[in-house]
Amino acid sequence: MRLSKAWIIASKDLSIFRKKKSIFYSVILFSLFVSIGLPLLIYVLSGRSGSISPDALSGLLTVINAFAFFYIIGAASLPTAIASYSIIGEKQEQSLEPLLATPTTDSEILLGKSIGALLPPLVAIWIGAVIFMGLIDAITFGLLGSLYYLNAVIAVIMLLLVPLAAITAVEVSVIVSARVNDVRTAQQLGSLIVIPFAIIYVLGEINAFALTVPYLLILSAIILVVDIGLFSLSVSTFRRDEILTKWK
Amino acid sequence: MIDAVNLTKKFKDITAVDGLTFHVDEGEVFGFLGPNGAGKTTTVRMLCCLIARTSGESRIAGYDTGNDSDSLKIRKIIGLIPENVGLYGELSAYRNLDFYARLYDRTEQQRKESIERLLRLLGLWEKKDHPVGTFSKGMKQKVAIARALVHDPGILFLDEPTANLDPGAAKTVRDFILELKKEKKTIFLNTHNLEEAQKLCDRIGILKTHLLRIGTPEELKEALWGSKTVIGLEEVSDMIVAAVKQHTSGKVVVEDHRLVIDVKNAGQENPGLVQAIVAAGGRIQFVQEFSPTLEDVYLKTVRETP
Ligand SMILES: Nc1ncnc2c1ncn2[C@@H]1O[C@H](COP(=O)(O)OP(=O)(O)OP(=O)(O)O)[C@@H](O)[C@H]1O
Ligand SMILES: [Mg+2]
Repeated sequence: MRLSKAWIIASKDLSIFRKKKSIFYSVILFSLFVSIGLPLLIYVLSGRSGSISPDALSGLLTVINAFAFFYIIGAASLPTAIASYSIIGEKQEQSLEPLLATPTTDSEILLGKSIGALLPPLVAIWIGAVIFMGLIDAITFGLLGSLYYLNAVIAVIMLLLVPLAAITAVEVSVIVSARVNDVRTAQQLGSLIVIPFAIIYVLGEINAFALTVPYLLILSAIILVVDIGLFSLSVSTFRRDEILTKWK
Repeated sequence: MIDAVNLTKKFKDITAVDGLTFHVDEGEVFGFLGPNGAGKTTTVRMLCCLIARTSGESRIAGYDTGNDSDSLKIRKIIGLIPENVGLYGELSAYRNLDFYARLYDRTEQQRKESIERLLRLLGLWEKKDHPVGTFSKGMKQKVAIARALVHDPGILFLDEPTANLDPGAAKTVRDFILELKKEKKTIFLNTHNLEEAQKLCDRIGILKTHLLRIGTPEELKEALWGSKTVIGLEEVSDMIVAAVKQHTSGKVVVEDHRLVIDVKNAGQENPGLVQAIVAAGGRIQFVQEFSPTLEDVYLKTVRETP
């Protein structure tokens, strides 16, 4: 496995995505909404700063934490559109055959496509998160008397859960894209992966799951196991012999 | 350069290619003819390490196409122009080629030079920054040809490179293949175009799941028809036929005012035949050598096999 080869493929995919406006905007819009829209909402809810009762303050912090979970849902949904396009696009252009004829291994191609699909959402989410944390700090500093961010919860979310959820989305998209022929179907099937994450979000709302470091670490471990399982499935899907003869 | 022994590919219950055995020399242009579904594309895919064979053996430059580590070495030294161009429509011609050149570990300098040289040769340099999606079929095919050559491979696989092209574009592509032949590249060419095969190929194989025939165009014609001499006469008499039969052991057929005579070596036998006819009182209008076209050979071969 040579990373340099995977990177050549990823950067080719990235230059195609740049030309696909719908993909480009879906990533940017999501990030803007969560990073600027939600803090604005908090700003309005907090009564435009000033004083606030302790009860209201703890309620506000719960909402802020719930908003942080949106990033995980974003990570699980944004790569789907890109990964599906990146594989079905190659199928429609019939460009996999010449690509497979180059001295590049199947896993280098798969890795390149995964990096290409992971980078735009991850970068958008991480940049968005920095803006989000800055705005939230600016809004809540007066109320708390201290900086709410950084904290351990957001660190676990950004550094563990967000990448792991994005990887899940990419792997599911690879497996789905091998079996269907149009981008829209693949995106719809692939986006089903959001459902488990949405369920976790709802569990959080009804207090069956807490956004605390131990819970989040357990969740990360579960997703990691799922990712490893999906990884071996996507590798066995992405084999040259299968691609040219069995993929529909 | 290219070797196959009993090469076979089955898709579930369909046998696409059965027991192919052939050899292509370095610097040779080898043409593969066969009807739709004959297994030409399947054979090329096996040779380019794109699909696994079911049984038999195939080697490129001594490397085994069925072995993972050999397969990488093979893919470094071959270029493939697949049946479908498979270019990235959103990207420019230059970016398409540059992507491939990178995958072959070309340095920036090498990439610039080879891409410019190829695009200029194929008359596409002015269009290098246009998205390939806006190109005509012929232009796309030329980009696909350039893509197969960015790493200057010694062995080329071309799967119907002139299909769907107008006569002018097809000729450009054919002339380009002739240039590659002069550069001593080994070329494996799938085609439906018999004239093209005749013009470009040193040897030809006729495939219909099995390899039905293989040889130079001349060998194929001779194997199927042998050589014939046609002699046109003012009038054919029994005496003339008897005189001819005395002179040759080959078959003699009378068609109207013509004698069609099987000969082994026309150059050696014709003078004697003419002398015998003249001596028997025949008045000769013309002497012709009958030569079948490659199309005759192809159609006869393919039709004779169910
Ligand atoms: N992936 C596949 N699955 C099942 N059968 C296949 C597959 N690919 C090819 N075949 C079958 O193998 C046979 C040979 O096909 P192939 O494409 O090699 O023919 P070809 O000589 O290239 O034809 P054409 O001149 O139309 O390009 C056909 O019967 C085809 O249906
Ligand atoms: Mg074919």
